[in-house]
Amino acid sequence: MKENFNIEIISPSKIIFKDTANHVSIPSYEGMMGVLKGHIPIITFLRPGIVEINNEKKTETFFLDEGIVEFSNDTLLILSSSVKNIKDFTKKEINEQLNLAEKSFNEEKCSDKEKYILSYKIEGLKNLS
Amino acid sequence: MPSLDDLKKRIKSVKSTQKITKAMKMVAAAKLKKAQEDAEKGRPYSDKMHNIILNLTKTVRDPISAPKLLVGTGENKTYLCVVMTADRGLCGGFNSNICKLAKKFFKKFLSEKKNLKIITVGTKGHDQLKNEYGKYIIEKKNFKNIKKISFKDANEVGTLILSKFKSGEFDKCYIFFNNFKNVITQIPQIQQIIPIEQKEELSTEKENSINNQYEYEPDEDEILDDLLPKNISTQIFKALLENAASEQGSRMTAMDNATRNAGDLVEKLTITYNRSRQASITKELIEIISGAESL
Repeated sequence: MKENFNIEIISPSKIIFKDTANHVSIPSYEGMMGVLKGHIPIITFLRPGIVEINNEKKTETFFLDEGIVEFSNDTLLILSSSVKNIKDFTKKEINEQLNLAEKSFNEEKCSDKEKYILSYKIEGLKNLS
Repeated sequence: MPSLDDLKKRIKSVKSTQKITKAMKMVAAAKLKKAQEDAEKGRPYSDKMHNIILNLTKTVRDPISAPKLLVGTGENKTYLCVVMTADRGLCGGFNSNICKLAKKFFKKFLSEKKNLKIITVGTKGHDQLKNEYGKYIIEKKNFKNIKKISFKDANEVGTLILSKFKSGEFDKCYIFFNNFKNVITQIPQIQQIIPIEQKEELSTEKENSINNQYEYEPDEDEILDDLLPKNISTQIFKALLENAASEQGSRMTAMDNATRNAGDLVEKLTITYNRSRQASITKELIEIISGAESL
């Protein structure tokens, strides 16, 4: 049996999600990262992508634009101002965000770093729709 | 001596004022509950973020290469003050308390020959400060048309401050707001947000030994670069939420007092009204009796 650890997702206005999980995958800035119980303490930040939380009963998925992750004492903490449960996304919203992202991606003043971040946003959103 | 009719009119007008203040009190009480909840819900985010930043700042070894948001520009000339007040009045000393505190600091800064720049958030603060310090106000913002403050609004103010910081318009940034302690007490506060105040709490010493084992990915500096600008907006959002709760609390207390005062006044006026009515009746009786006697 897999062991569980605590996970909290907090947005500026409220605690979005608080539960236990046995596996969480997060879109860390340098690549997807899987977190299991007993992971070493880590602080990292996120690029746009999908957070997937697995425990025995269910799987929850969230989409976020950015965020900070801290793991310590078997508690995974995700701070993000743009996190949203995938169930709450409507087709229209996805398309709107996708259009916006693609537009700024094609702008000339867009730097490489921004392009890197936006490319993941576009990819993530495309997967959603 | 006012006539009976005048007294009657006054009683009526005080009573209708009382009705208004009572209604405002009840509205404020309902809004307060909501605002208080929001403020409490917002606390974990800013607290946790603050913790992470504190941990990170300990790892910064070289103060020269560290981000400017953390250590400051190295100069100490221009101060930017963000004064956050409400957009509406009739809430007791709420707005004037913040302004009083702000003015005290403005005076101090000016006497120290610092350059002063002011951003006002909320119309009431702007109204109170524009006479004395109007020439220092560089920007004004208000959320008059917004019912509920969201992180987006705070972000707007945050980005404004950041862009001014990047173009080197100021060295230090302070925010003024009311901290919500409970319904009756709100404490006007000043907080330094650029560079970040590094208040070390003694109780966290034990934690420090654990924190040193954190792994950072990518390295500390990059995380700090990403985190610090966010922290500005977060702190502003927190201040706005506290402010919103304080405003409603303050208004509720003020309106409660007003309702009570109106009640007292109605009582007093009613007594005067009754007395003068009785006096006129007595006077009439005396006139009749003395008229009858003289016959």
